[in-house]
Amino acid sequence: MRMVMTGNYASAYGAKLARAEVIAAYPITPQTSIVEKLAEFVSSGELKAKFIPVEGEHSAMAACIAAQTAGARTYTATSSQGLTLMHEVLMWASGARLPIVMTNVSRAMAPPWNVWVDHMDTVAQRDTGWLQFFCRSNQEVLDTIIMAYKICETSGVMLPAMIVEDAFILSHTSEPVDVPEQALVDSFLPAYSPELKLEVGKPMGFGSLVKPDQYMEFRYKAMLGMKEARERILRVEQEFKHIFGRAHGGLLDLYKCADADVVMVAAGSVAATAMDVVDAMREKGMRVGLARIRAFRPFPHEEFRSLAGKTEGIAVLDRSFTFGAAGAMFTEVKSSIYSCQKRPVVKNYIAGLGGRDITPKILEKIFEDMLVVSKRGAEDEVEWVDVAGLPRRWR
Amino acid sequence: MMTKTTIPVEEFTFPGSTGCPGCGANLVMRYMLKALGERTIVTIPACCWAVMPGYWPSNCLKVPLLYCAFEATGAAISGLRAALDVKGVEDVTVVGFAGDGGTVDIGLQALSGAAERRTDAIYVMYDNEAYMNTGIQRSGSTPWGAWTTTTPVGTSHGFKHESKKDIMAIMQAHKIPYAATVSPAFPEDFVKKIEKAKRTKGFKFIHALSPCPPGWRTNPSLSVEVARLAVDARVFPLYEIDEGKVHITRKGKGLPIVDYLKVQGRFQHLTEPEIDSMQKIVDDNWIMLLLKESSGT
Repeated sequence: MRMVMTGNYASAYGAKLARAEVIAAYPITPQTSIVEKLAEFVSSGELKAKFIPVEGEHSAMAACIAAQTAGARTYTATSSQGLTLMHEVLMWASGARLPIVMTNVSRAMAPPWNVWVDHMDTVAQRDTGWLQFFCRSNQEVLDTIIMAYKICETSGVMLPAMIVEDAFILSHTSEPVDVPEQALVDSFLPAYSPELKLEVGKPMGFGSLVKPDQYMEFRYKAMLGMKEARERILRVEQEFKHIFGRAHGGLLDLYKCADADVVMVAAGSVAATAMDVVDAMREKGMRVGLARIRAFRPFPHEEFRSLAGKTEGIAVLDRSFTFGAAGAMFTEVKSSIYSCQKRPVVKNYIAGLGGRDITPKILEKIFEDMLVVSKRGAEDEVEWVDVAGLPRRWR
Repeated sequence: MMTKTTIPVEEFTFPGSTGCPGCGANLVMRYMLKALGERTIVTIPACCWAVMPGYWPSNCLKVPLLYCAFEATGAAISGLRAALDVKGVEDVTVVGFAGDGGTVDIGLQALSGAAERRTDAIYVMYDNEAYMNTGIQRSGSTPWGAWTTTTPVGTSHGFKHESKKDIMAIMQAHKIPYAATVSPAFPEDFVKKIEKAKRTKGFKFIHALSPCPPGWRTNPSLSVEVARLAVDARVFPLYEIDEGKVHITRKGKGLPIVDYLKVQGRFQHLTEPEIDSMQKIVDDNWIMLLLKESSGT
């Protein structure tokens, strides 16, 4: 059924269609309407689940971890300060190999207080062992939640996944979304039945102490799980496309990159704007393309390596900044292509922090700059875009 | 003639716990599981008992065990209960088993949340009155006057000058259906209270005194004796709060506090006036408890 809904409702419908059994969540702007909608689904009986109104985000994740270890499919949602408060238990969820699925409504970190979009919260969790999917539309949010359970619950993967919605731009903007029939989702996503769970009569310790001569093997296996996730993402999306008739681009969603002189790399909602800019610039005869990072973890290294040989310049747009280094996506892209024979010029553009608009005009200027830089090399590898007091004018 | 005890014979802990000789927490776990039986799931945060079951893949408990993050016990029991509920499993007791630091300090938020949500579970705090797993640092549950490595004697500040948090009062303020103090020196009283907690629906809290020979600087062979002295000197009265009503289950002999203090190295530095002031605190607390009992609150 086609409905008009916000990204947050798309998350709630996604969790409902995936038949989440335990939901533990704590409200935070701009995630709140996900929690409210799910509480409503549970209270009306539309969703047969237990809703735990926890007293904080750390407890939300800790409760999901316990419930998932006891064999229940769990879901939670958070944002920004809430996600970073969870940091310890995010590591716990992946270390315990629990395929928990969570929406993070990506929002800037305080101080100064700011409730609008950037990706600092999400990027700061890149080492926690979670799969991370950035979404471009509300449809993609709903679909990716359903796919994430199927990807992560595979015995070879067994890792948690984070679905990222941009604050307000997706979370509070309504779009038409196709909400699939429950029976169709059920045929795609079977009930969760882990090989091992907490069970009376089968005394086992989950999360025991291990010695240095055992610990690395656990980490190695989690690494293999993330490697397997890469293949799983592609395979599950094929299956999804077969049943539901749509797909969202695997790990790296390429738009008009085949003959592009210059490619922009971006993640999240800004990629939708960038597609329009690509079209407009191509009409003017400039061969530009867009590579949208859909999976930030596992990172699409192979896809970037094959892209490197086909283009002269890569403009990496980061909506966060790692102090003392550069944008995280920029450093990842560069490390991906270092081993390639032909390496395009790569430049980092830091833009849109704390909800600052990244307009079509700004994107066009980035492309124009990159077309020049790709020929003569970048003087400054990292440029902050549209910041007061800096010489270049972007608007 | 031997009197028949009411303590279940079956054991739910294998030998092989890595606890120190004379560890009170070993006895607390043992009596608790005897009272609860096989249909129990336990979750344990960072504390001595996170280490005591042994290294993977060994485990000395005969019930399923979930290790959880230090501050997360209250959340973990809520998650476990929700999963069992959604799966239609009703006859399993969920237990959070945490130390005093993981309860009155870093875990207090999650504990309060679980109590407020009326999570159907038993929360057991084994109280060795300091961060013992990390090597005897003060906690909010360390009593006034005690030496710890972070309240070193012989410095300008000296021993701990702040009193112990009254966790039972904190739990009573949450209007939970059942809370009780237990001691490994009185196992029959201990088992009876755990059995009552198991029968009661909702959130239950158990405060267990847990003597710690390395931390209290006591002889490992005297752990049960020290626990008994705590009750007899009324430092740790045995009582329950049943639907808000206080009931003292053992009045103790009313021994002077010095009898309890003198067997523990952690109190050896105290002067006579300091011991007198400790006695006054104990006497005042005891009178308050008697008043609570007689007034039905």
